[in-house]
Amino acid sequence: MTQLALVIDLNVCVGCHACVTSCKQWNTSGPAGSMTDNNPYGKDPSGTFFNRVQTYEVGEFPHTETVHFPKSCLHCEDAPCVPVCPTGASHKRKEDGIVLVDYDKCIGCGYCSWACPYGAREFDEQEKVMKKCTLCVDRIYDENLPEPERKPACVLSCPTNARLFGDVHDPESETSIAIREQGGYALMPEWGTHPSNHYLPRRKTRLKIHEDELQRVDNPLKKEGPLPTDEDGPFLEDATSW
Amino acid sequence: MNPAFSVVFLTTLIGVGQGLFIALLSVQGYTTAQFLPAQSGQFYTVGSAIALVFLVLGLFASFFHLGHPERAWRAAAMWRTSWLSREVIVLPLFMGAVFVYGVLHYIELGGQTTILAQSLSNKEIVTLIVGIGGVVACFALFICTGMIYACLKFLQEWHSPLTVINYTILGMASGFTLASLYASYIDSELLHFLTGWAITLTIVGFITRTASLIRNNHIKYQSNLQTAIGVRHTKIQQKAIGAMGGSFNTREFFHNKKESFIKSIKWVFLLMVFVLPIILLAVGYQQKTLGIFWAAFIIQYIGLLAERWFFFAQARHPQNLYYQTI
Repeated sequence: MTQLALVIDLNVCVGCHACVTSCKQWNTSGPAGSMTDNNPYGKDPSGTFFNRVQTYEVGEFPHTETVHFPKSCLHCEDAPCVPVCPTGASHKRKEDGIVLVDYDKCIGCGYCSWACPYGAREFDEQEKVMKKCTLCVDRIYDENLPEPERKPACVLSCPTNARLFGDVHDPESETSIAIREQGGYALMPEWGTHPSNHYLPRRKTRLKIHEDELQRVDNPLKKEGPLPTDEDGPFLEDATSW
Repeated sequence: MNPAFSVVFLTTLIGVGQGLFIALLSVQGYTTAQFLPAQSGQFYTVGSAIALVFLVLGLFASFFHLGHPERAWRAAAMWRTSWLSREVIVLPLFMGAVFVYGVLHYIELGGQTTILAQSLSNKEIVTLIVGIGGVVACFALFICTGMIYACLKFLQEWHSPLTVINYTILGMASGFTLASLYASYIDSELLHFLTGWAITLTIVGFITRTASLIRNNHIKYQSNLQTAIGVRHTKIQQKAIGAMGGSFNTREFFHNKKESFIKSIKWVFLLMVFVLPIILLAVGYQQKTLGIFWAAFIIQYIGLLAERWFFFAQARHPQNLYYQTI
């Protein structure tokens, strides 16, 4: 079984929104039709996006940390949006686990958006259907593209390489190794949706130095000084080695 | 959640239609058992027609909820998994049953010697069988409608059997109130029977709806901002939601009303759905005044609109955790 997914490294995401704009550019230009933009240059711009970057401040001043948090469809293994869809427009592909909406079948009832605890789905105000991240399904299998470019647009555009793409069911994939070795976690695990997308936490590199490591316990002089040099005369070893 | 008026009207209107049909069938059941005097076919035909009007209006309202109403027929496809799909199948079935039930009584009324009428040797039994089939569809419809909301486990205000119970009881109460109005309008001797049940169901509805209000006041929310973004810290502030002018997520899941407004709606619907109709039905029955029954039904229906609005507004969707400041 294949389950394609993204792994997003919050440790290196800088919140530049390159993934947001590249996602919009690719998907609004695709065969599935444009993604609505209402009032894009006006006072209250509003449009359909598959991916958004949010920003959180963790902690209290002065001990704060800014966390940029990109969020798109998590392609849950047990996707709650799929069984509720009355038309079957919302479906999970068997071959690669991508959750997709068939825009020709969707009646725009919005029930799937109620059934998604992550708010990953957006109703397109002009096309009147529910839209969501497709993992760039029209790109990742396109044999006209060179092999390294067969990845979701957001992954290719990320300047800090915070987004990994791969099969999370293959234990040796880049994504699986990252999840396993760097503490990858799922969002809202309490609902049993088993999101395929994982997030890598913020990680700090800290050096732990104990008091006794600052002062060598095996130092008979109990003080740190310059090491003896040759000019201090021969060592005992030099005298006895012959 | 931001209440959608199409759904508010859909659920309340079909509730009235369903309740009225159950009232008609109860009358027929009681007359068959000779607890009540036999009614003319016209009584059932007109009653079924009124119920059908409410069901059609409800169905009409539901189309306003759809982005592509012309594709609505597709919604019958996924009945194996989707309660919404099941509702889409059961609603027309029930409407068909109500229609056939009314027509069968009409044929009896006319005493016409049509082929259909001749072939039905015992009309009383036939209408009763069709009617019972209709009641089964009617309760199935209540369950489907309620389960659409109750099956969403992370909408904790809705994820309870009380959701289905309230949809059923409140629909029946409003239907029996309409049936009392109908009986009062045609000056029927059924007034005591129907008014009695309308009051009883309204009282039962008061108990079950209050139970769900109490339950919802004590919900322990399973998700919080920490599980939503996976950062363990007691102090997390959102600085950007990822959109400047709002998005579908901020429009669909936030009602943007003050807490005091929500609270006042609660008291309004408790008064208008339960307290006032019970008083009006009792007084109306005492004085046999048609106007009071009109008032009871209209007030209860408007109250139900407020109740349904509150039902949606009260539900806190976990996706709202990602939109701390909108």
